[in-house]
Amino acid sequence: MRSVIFRTFAPFITALMVLFSIFVLLRGHNEPGGGFIGGLVGASALAIYGISAGVGPARRALKAHPMSIAAFGLLLAAVSGVLSLFTGQAFMTSQWAAVEVFGVTVDLSTPLFFDIGVYLVVVGAIGSIALALEERESD
Amino acid sequence: MEAGFSVLIGLFFAVGVYLMLSRHIVHILIGITILGNAVNMLIFTAGRLTREVPPVIPLELYVPAGPTANPLPQALVLTAIVISFSFFAFLLVLAFRTYQELGTDDVNEMRVAEPKGEALPPQGY
Amino acid sequence: MAGPSVSVDLSAAMQTVPVQLADWLVVAPSILTIVGGMLCLMSRKNIALAPKLGLFFLGLLVISNLLLLAEVLKRGVITMVMGNWLPPFGIAFTVDALGATLALVAAIVAFAAGLYASITIDNSGRRYGFYPFLLLLMTGVNGAFLTGDVFNLYVWFEVLLISSYGLLVLGNDRIQLDGTVKYGILNLIGTNLFLIATGLLYGQLGTLNMADITMKVQESGVSGPLMTIAVLYFLAFTMKAAAFPVNFWLPSSYHTPRIVVAAVFAGLLTKVGIYALLRILVMLMPAARAELADVIAWVAALTMLTGVIGALAQSDVRRLLGYLVISGIGSMLAGIAMGSVLALSGTVFYAVHSILVMTALYMAAGLMAAMAGSYDLRRLGGLYGASPVLAGVFLVLALAVAGLPPFSGFWPKVMLVDAALTLGWNWLAASILVTGFLTSLAVGRVWIYAFWRGGPEGTVDGGSVSLPGGGVLLAGAGGQSTAAVWVPIGILTALIVLFGLQPEWMMEVSSRGASGLIDPVGYLRSVFGGGA
Repeated sequence: MRSVIFRTFAPFITALMVLFSIFVLLRGHNEPGGGFIGGLVGASALAIYGISAGVGPARRALKAHPMSIAAFGLLLAAVSGVLSLFTGQAFMTSQWAAVEVFGVTVDLSTPLFFDIGVYLVVVGAIGSIALALEERESD
Repeated sequence: MEAGFSVLIGLFFAVGVYLMLSRHIVHILIGITILGNAVNMLIFTAGRLTREVPPVIPLELYVPAGPTANPLPQALVLTAIVISFSFFAFLLVLAFRTYQELGTDDVNEMRVAEPKGEALPPQGY
Repeated sequence: MAGPSVSVDLSAAMQTVPVQLADWLVVAPSILTIVGGMLCLMSRKNIALAPKLGLFFLGLLVISNLLLLAEVLKRGVITMVMGNWLPPFGIAFTVDALGATLALVAAIVAFAAGLYASITIDNSGRRYGFYPFLLLLMTGVNGAFLTGDVFNLYVWFEVLLISSYGLLVLGNDRIQLDGTVKYGILNLIGTNLFLIATGLLYGQLGTLNMADITMKVQESGVSGPLMTIAVLYFLAFTMKAAAFPVNFWLPSSYHTPRIVVAAVFAGLLTKVGIYALLRILVMLMPAARAELADVIAWVAALTMLTGVIGALAQSDVRRLLGYLVISGIGSMLAGIAMGSVLALSGTVFYAVHSILVMTALYMAAGLMAAMAGSYDLRRLGGLYGASPVLAGVFLVLALAVAGLPPFSGFWPKVMLVDAALTLGWNWLAASILVTGFLTSLAVGRVWIYAFWRGGPEGTVDGGSVSLPGGGVLLAGAGGQSTAAVWVPIGILTALIVLFGLQPEWMMEVSSRGASGLIDPVGYLRSVFGGGA
């Protein structure tokens, strides 16, 4: 699998796929897409990098352990549901806010953060399974 | 449409149960996966199969324009698929590890936890 | 996105009244355990922090569930709908006295286990993630007790199942892999049966909300398809609860994991199955339960008797206790078979008692093995000399599990036998009493062999034998005090004695839970407002 062509192109493909996964994640709020499918794309990017560069460099590039990423995602998703506590509404009621950033109105909402949480859970969990399986293959 | 699907689901159940009766873990796991797919189709069919449009509300309206497909079974099936997929992944790795450690994939020969011919406990007081 | 001018009336589908702060107690257990579990998972490399963080959140869970039970006893059933979507559209969390009581007892047991594990789980176990798995298990257990939606119940079952897999293989020994394979596959088949029944139920009634199902079943009465669904649910949940024909996974797996894991499992997992039976069969489909009553009664009697006979044939203390778990499940099923308020209160009380006593027994067995170096009855002996306190505690637990006064096991058995005699089911009453007798034989033998005789087999009986301190259990404790093992056993034993001497409060709570199942007016009103 470690041909020169693959190894040369893998970083670009990985970067593109991560970008695309974030695009899918954000697009999911108005068009088909979302955190789960975006996370799958992101996890496959990780898997491709792991195949081409080896599991060690992939883990180093990730900085955090994939399971910690998944844990943070679940935490973020849970906390985004709790925010409605402060408005006297039930758990997981969506909250919306429009923020002005450099003259552009950005719609922020708790579903967005929930979705980012889902994205991170999927990237972390599937990524950690993929890296673990690749590790086994190499030895 | 539902009748045809029911037959298909029944077929899946039969195959799944047959495979689960095997003594080899790999067969059992494949059987469970097929059973899981049968269940998913069952939920999908339980939500009634219709040739309707997706349940998307047009921008200018607040309720759907006409009859739409039932979105709930899809949500349920998606949840069930994700769960059964992760369980299958876990059990597959577990079965592989067990095969490495115990040297067999025959459940009849997996007697580490319950060894054959154990002595009786002390009798009397 | 949020349109400022809404032309449709949202109050038909969405809750418009502000939610009280106290209502958040309904979802607090799930949130607390998820947040705590994930913080533990992120910091699991920091092995010194893990027990502190885990115990902090388990302690919060106990407090939160205590407040929840107090609130439920004060106000009646509490409902919270996710995202303000009214039932049956949204997922509802509905808590009655039954769910709140079991959630509280489960939280206490989990806290005790967390404390016990702080010195019995070594550093590699901590790094592997014992505390995140324990907290995630509690997410599943609490969610199952508190949810008001059948599909949601399935999801919580899966959450607790996947974390139980993680806990079961902690240590990665051969015997654990063997046990986990059997536990894993049979439980997965069980949850698949649950899902099949849920799919059929949805196809039949078009709803998944428990209160909605209750009303629709009341209207439609019992029909052929509904009976099929009820039988499927019965099979699925008896598989979870380890009742007689489908219980073989339990004795083949519960003695394999770390002793504290076995303690948590023996306390909680099978009782979740009993709770689901109570909720689904008794509350949702009472007519189907009445049709099945004879079958349930036979299953109950066979479960009790085969369980305790299995226990008599074991020499490994952990396997013996595993069979006693099964035997207790039989007693709880007997209450479900009878279905009167008294019988169901007996089941609820027995469930509480069983959660406490089985966990405490496994923990005590862990200590015994730590002192004697083995779980084998033939190698145990002379432990009275080594620790008279443990001998006393084990005797209390043994009498409690056998259902002898003045401990917590006595009262639920009295209620069950009383209910059986009232209904004229003398044979069921007899099998409960015979089971109690045989149980006292089984645990009595353990006590006499492990504590009373002078030494293990092969030594001079009656002579005092010097036993190696420490042993397998406390290895790697690193010179810490053993208070962390004694305190949880002490808490659980104290509760067992308390419920034995002062059973009125627990009886009152269980009978409120039971009558809420038989006549779920409060439940329906809480979910659907005053109109139901």
